[in-house]
Amino acid sequence: MTLLATVTAAVASRPGAAAADEPVCYSRTVNDWVCPAYLVDRREQLVDATVQHLWITAAAVLLGLAIAFPLALVARRHDRLESAIVGSATTLYTIPSLALFPLLVPFTGISATTVVLGLALYCLTVLVRALLDGLRSVPPDVVESATGLGYGRGALLWRVELPLALPIVAAGLRVATVSTVALTTVGTLVAHGGLGNLISDGVFSNFRAQLLAACVLCVVLAVVLDVLLVGLQRLLTPWTRGAAA
Amino acid sequence: MLADAWAYLLDGANWVGDEGLLPLLLQQLLITVTALGIALVIGLPLALWLGHVGRGGFLAVNVSNVGRAIPTFALLALLVTAAWPGTAYFGPYGRAGLATLLALAAFALPPVITNAYVAVREVAPDAKEAARGMGMSGWQQFARVELPLAMPLVATGVRLALVQVWATATLAALVAGPGLGRVITDGFANTDYGKGIAGAVVVALVALVLELVGSVVQRRADPMRVAVRPTAKVQPATS
Repeated sequence: MTLLATVTAAVASRPGAAAADEPVCYSRTVNDWVCPAYLVDRREQLVDATVQHLWITAAAVLLGLAIAFPLALVARRHDRLESAIVGSATTLYTIPSLALFPLLVPFTGISATTVVLGLALYCLTVLVRALLDGLRSVPPDVVESATGLGYGRGALLWRVELPLALPIVAAGLRVATVSTVALTTVGTLVAHGGLGNLISDGVFSNFRAQLLAACVLCVVLAVVLDVLLVGLQRLLTPWTRGAAA
Repeated sequence: MLADAWAYLLDGANWVGDEGLLPLLLQQLLITVTALGIALVIGLPLALWLGHVGRGGFLAVNVSNVGRAIPTFALLALLVTAAWPGTAYFGPYGRAGLATLLALAAFALPPVITNAYVAVREVAPDAKEAARGMGMSGWQQFARVELPLAMPLVATGVRLALVQVWATATLAALVAGPGLGRVITDGFANTDYGKGIAGAVVVALVALVLELVGSVVQRRADPMRVAVRPTAKVQPATS
């Protein structure tokens, strides 16, 4: 009983957990929502789920960005293709995630690929629009000056247009990232939902400490990633700092 | 797998009965309409009033950002595991009906509130000033000038919310709640992938139909059909 004794000692401040032979706060009989002992004992499980959640989110947003970038470049040059591209992305966005994952399963199986691909497709609506808006926000004078200075199409894009488009693109990236963190939980349908797996398990085994911890971690993850993206954007666009403040 | 799904959809027996596609579809539509109704009753007056008096803008706009960060699944899970509302049956809304309605209404609020607030806020100041100059009272200004001009954007918010609530309602199945999502989760839980995919096809099709009907109704109902229409301010968090 030494382990139990240490655990109860750790939560001795909680009411009802004072006696050494009382059950731990996440046992079936107590089933507290907040249970520090749970966080300590199951730390490994929580870390694994968070890591899975994080890499699925990151892979989905990066894949989304990789698909959205060429689409935005094509859409920018051809007006007719623009409505087709933005229209299809919006249509995809309409499909509920719990329905999109099954529709991908015949092609990608019960795997993390299904979740990453599905979430990347959701990112497209926001990212294509953000890239288009960003590139269009570049003042024509600047483009003209750069062309006059001898910039070719590639150099113009990478060294003039994209840096100037960055604040708007970053705003879209933040929206995409935060919603992807939330949506990753639905991946539990195909057994790859990161913290969503713990939420699902928590519901069906009535495990309150695990459920609340996973929910809180989800929101914390979204907020942390959002703050990191804001920081990254400030770092990459030092010229906006004075104006924004 | 696709052939299995097709076969499942073609078998009429899968559409009727207690766990059939049709009753579950109707149940999910009922849930969607009810939750949207709750959100409109709470959100619209509040947002329109805030927009009229020009206060609480920070709250009205940021409610969307907060809504986006909270997974619908997480809120549903917390509600069904809590002592109240829990998994209790709630009339035609089925198992965990009340929890589902509450979670759905909560997630319908952000697009409704943000769009309605912005819509009233961004009515041209000239129009408001002219209305005041004509001696209109605050209420008259709101009812005769601001509201008609704001209508298209308010309607956009409602349409976004409708599609989003349908999507969110599907998630109720993840906590063994009501609606069509159950066909998907059952199929996947029992490795009957044909069934799961068939359910997904129906859910996706209805979502597309709702989006289409929503935009047609919105266009028909817009009094200024030919005028340049402002675009939506928020992209709802999808579910």
